[in-house]
Amino acid sequence: MMKNIKTKHSADKKTLSRIFGLMKPYTPLLILSLFLAVVVVVSTLFIPVLSGRAVDDIVGKGRVDFISLRKILLQMCAVIVTTAVSQWFMTVVTNHVAYKIVKDMRISAFEKIQRLPLRYIDSHSSGDIVSRIITDVDQFSEGLLMGFSQLFTGVLTILITLVFMFRLNPFITLIVIFLTPLSLLVSAFIAKKSYVHFRHQSEARGAMTSIVQEMTEGMSCVQTFNMQDPVCSKFNKADGELQTASFKAVFYSSVANPATRFFNALVYAGVGVFGSVSALSGGISVGQLAAFLGYASQYTKPFNDISGVVTELQNSIACAQRLFDLIDEEEIVPEHPDVTDLSGVQGKVSLKDVAFSYVRSRPLIENLNLDVQPGQRIAIVGPTGCGKTTLINLLMRFYDVNEGTVSVDDHDIRTVTRSSLRASYGMVLQDTWLKYGTVKENIAMGKPDATDEEILYAAKESYADGFIKRLPRGYDTVIGEDGDSLSAGQRQLLCITRVMLAVPPMLILDEATSSIDTRTEICIQQAFDKLMEGRTSFVVAHRLSTIRNADRILVMKDGHIIESGRHEELLASGGFYAGLYNSQFETA
Amino acid sequence: MLKLMRYLRHYKKEAVLSPLFKLLEASFELLVPLVMAAIIDTGIGTGNRGYIYSRGALLVIMGIVGLCSAVTAQYFASKAAAGFGTELRNDLFRHIMGLSRTETDSIGQSTLVTRMTNDSNQIQNGVNMFFRLVLRSPFIVFGAMVMAYMIDGREGLLFSVVIAVLFVIVFFIMRKSVALYRGVQKKLDGLLRSTSENLEGVRVIRAFRREKAETASYRNAAEDLSEEQILVGKISALMNPLTYIVINLALVAVLQTGAVHVNTGRLTQGEVVALVNYISQILVELLKLAYLIILLSKASACAKRISEIFAVTNSMADGTADASAAEPSVEFKDVGFSYPGAPEESLSSISFKAQPGETVGIIGGTGAGKTTLANLIVRFYDTGRGEILVGGRNIREYTLESLRKTVGIVEQSARLFSGTVRDNLRWGDRSAGDAALMKAAGTAQASEVISGKENALDSGVEQLGRNFSGGQKQRLSIARTLVRRPHILILDDSSSALDFATDAALRRAIRTDCAGSTVFIISQRVTTIKNADHIIVLDDGKMAGYGPHAELVKDCPIYREICLSQLSEKEAAGI
Repeated sequence: MMKNIKTKHSADKKTLSRIFGLMKPYTPLLILSLFLAVVVVVSTLFIPVLSGRAVDDIVGKGRVDFISLRKILLQMCAVIVTTAVSQWFMTVVTNHVAYKIVKDMRISAFEKIQRLPLRYIDSHSSGDIVSRIITDVDQFSEGLLMGFSQLFTGVLTILITLVFMFRLNPFITLIVIFLTPLSLLVSAFIAKKSYVHFRHQSEARGAMTSIVQEMTEGMSCVQTFNMQDPVCSKFNKADGELQTASFKAVFYSSVANPATRFFNALVYAGVGVFGSVSALSGGISVGQLAAFLGYASQYTKPFNDISGVVTELQNSIACAQRLFDLIDEEEIVPEHPDVTDLSGVQGKVSLKDVAFSYVRSRPLIENLNLDVQPGQRIAIVGPTGCGKTTLINLLMRFYDVNEGTVSVDDHDIRTVTRSSLRASYGMVLQDTWLKYGTVKENIAMGKPDATDEEILYAAKESYADGFIKRLPRGYDTVIGEDGDSLSAGQRQLLCITRVMLAVPPMLILDEATSSIDTRTEICIQQAFDKLMEGRTSFVVAHRLSTIRNADRILVMKDGHIIESGRHEELLASGGFYAGLYNSQFETA
Repeated sequence: MLKLMRYLRHYKKEAVLSPLFKLLEASFELLVPLVMAAIIDTGIGTGNRGYIYSRGALLVIMGIVGLCSAVTAQYFASKAAAGFGTELRNDLFRHIMGLSRTETDSIGQSTLVTRMTNDSNQIQNGVNMFFRLVLRSPFIVFGAMVMAYMIDGREGLLFSVVIAVLFVIVFFIMRKSVALYRGVQKKLDGLLRSTSENLEGVRVIRAFRREKAETASYRNAAEDLSEEQILVGKISALMNPLTYIVINLALVAVLQTGAVHVNTGRLTQGEVVALVNYISQILVELLKLAYLIILLSKASACAKRISEIFAVTNSMADGTADASAAEPSVEFKDVGFSYPGAPEESLSSISFKAQPGETVGIIGGTGAGKTTLANLIVRFYDTGRGEILVGGRNIREYTLESLRKTVGIVEQSARLFSGTVRDNLRWGDRSAGDAALMKAAGTAQASEVISGKENALDSGVEQLGRNFSGGQKQRLSIARTLVRRPHILILDDSSSALDFATDAALRRAIRTDCAGSTVFIISQRVTTIKNADHIIVLDDGKMAGYGPHAELVKDCPIYREICLSQLSEKEAAGI
């Protein structure tokens, strides 16, 4: 069954330190941001001081000190402009850092994909992986942005406000401090609860994305079988789970704000009451009380923001963890330390005592031995599931053998670079895969610096030129995702053209021409023959016409080679191969 | 955006109650400065300690009620938003599943996925925040203005001007951000497609050593995206500083004009303090309002993208008749067809009639139109010219559902879905029991595929059927179609991955088990089709020949050529 990546259950220190690691390259900018935050906070907090002093100048009828007031108001204007400019700058800088970090993460994840073993990619849902790289990273960046801008300023505001308040009246400040732990306790509780639900939400979203991908890709099947209703039900169910997880996550995290507003109200009331009582006995002036009330609001506002930020951060850390889970997955076996490049490939291939299975408990290939001389054409036939495609996976080192060795020109393929090994083969697969891009770009995949003439020549040789010319924009036509707008046969012709252009020393053809009519196939075959002259080639096919000219035919069954020889020999011996060949003439 | 609000129809109660409770909370908040002003003017002014304490207690009670209202409001808001998101997605998904190939070909698959996931998420967030802030923030802002008026008419006027200026600033910045944000979403689409491609095409990419090149182009795309996001960020970052300047200059103005009025006795000191309080309340709520507007503008951009999909409707009109009662004859009358946007016809002047129970082979070169012909019978597309008749009636008269029940097609690329083998086979007939499934599997030569797996019918199928070989997938997908016992069966190159023995056994089984069904076999192999009652030879979209094998070998040069390329002279003529 489709696996999803194992998930951790709490944001732990390790995740946090990894996130800090991501931020490290941007330290100078972060320091700038911090500095700007200090400027913003200090100047913002200065306003209540100034307005408090202004209020003190506005005592009552006929008792207003306009001269002192004018000075104060001018100071306020200066501070206001400073704050605004710093604020803008700070946001721009933190934006910059957050988006760049996200970019870094996405690129790392993508690079990781290139190093994931095929075994992993074949068995994991691509929708989930894509959801992590696109959506989870996005959520992470939003949280990070909020975190930087609001957390910095929030914490600074609280600290500096406390200082200001203390200078005004220590006693009232103590009341404020006394009420603070309440708010922190509540925030922590809410944060913990939210984290779990945010994880659920991310997971539910990943599952839903998988279904959407599968069904949009397979839409014609859905319509053919009138499966719209059941498919929609399946989707509705997954969506329902997302709904529940979403609701819980959002509700719990949204309680944070009102909770801290309540705390604000308590602080405000406390300051108001005790401040007024103190003012009665001359402890502070009304202006100072007004300033204090101003500070009380300033002081409590960040708690609002911080609790909101803390829950967002919980969500973000959850999302970051999901990405890290992907990045931590096991990679392909690293290259051997003394690895060399394979070059001047002659084409000698040998397999010695090779054993392999996808699943340990179900052996597929056992005791396989094969010696191919340079230039030989080897045809592989056998019932489906006998191990033909697996053999190719091993030759190309898409999977490593469990036992035994595969060698090219007497070099164990594990001692040469994967890149040079794969460059030695031209591969045309059963599953035709084309990239989103122009026809030209797809053909040039094996030789990106090919000239237009070379591309044209290869296309003509593979008989693809005919249909390419008739496409809306010829060679510059953009092929849809997965080569959608072309027929299976046309896609295969393009895949063949790709190989014709690259002209590699050895060839692997897997069901290469099964979707092409035999007239065209003959012409291609002639071109392939030219190509194959002197080159070692492995051909997996069902068409006996393709196989007839092979130097050797390997008949595979259940992971073993049961017969081998030339066509006429095998027919004469009357074994399994003979039975396979003769069955095409049964009346049916 | 408004059009999508219909998804709240089941949450009307929550949608109304949530903002109302928020309103309640906000009302209490607005009263706080007034209570404070009273404490200052009366309590301090008259030295009444008891008054101060009682008013203080009032503030605490107001706080508690406010908290309860807010939590209730959040509960309703979260419920409504989550429900909204789900109903929107369900409907969108159903809509997408109902589109025909013509529409989905032009839209593209990865953008459909982005819109279903990413975009709907943004809208859901927007709806949630809308409920939480829609009545609160504007209410507090205007409430503060009203309070100012109540304290002094001229101050109220000042407040009005300030609020108006703020709105103008916010509006213009928002508009600019929405436009830019659409560009950002599009680039995100591109990244998603790239990521998907590298997972699905991993073998080809590694075989051609394109890992480095792919990473380089991905890197460029990601850089591009981040640059664009930073640019958009710069513009929306203007919102806070600009509003800050306006609000605080207003504060300066309040202090100045307040001073003048206190001097003349119009206002008291406590009232000035209240006005200052209200100004700072406005600032806090306005910033939240700005945040809400940004969120809504993002949500609006996404809503547009989703509305675009809803606006695309299936261009094919459904019929009304039931195809299952029709006799399985298939007739093409001078049919012509070209794919949307293609300059040339893929099929021209195709005419033939297949009698019920006949086996018809279709053979031809690449791009000759074989799959196109099959696609027309099952009505994936409508013909451009001519008619297709099943059971003597134009297929457009039948309901699509009954037509597709009657005509079973096994497509060229066998596609399985994640789930169990049983689930996949049941696609053919949801009510089929295991016995029926195994019978169909038997005919499709897939019995040993199933029995070969540990859990038989319960065996897991991975995404794209990756844990099965090509031939196994083909046989399972044939079985899936056979489960529904179609009256007309189309096999589009369905045995390309099968060896000759299995192919022959398959045809034999179909002949026996599906006798009475009209069978179309599309293939490249002469041996597969040569025993058909009639063979259609297609060449470049036109019919080059029609008749049984023996006639065609003599009279159709193209067919003869094909035969000779696959069989020896003797084999071609002898059988």
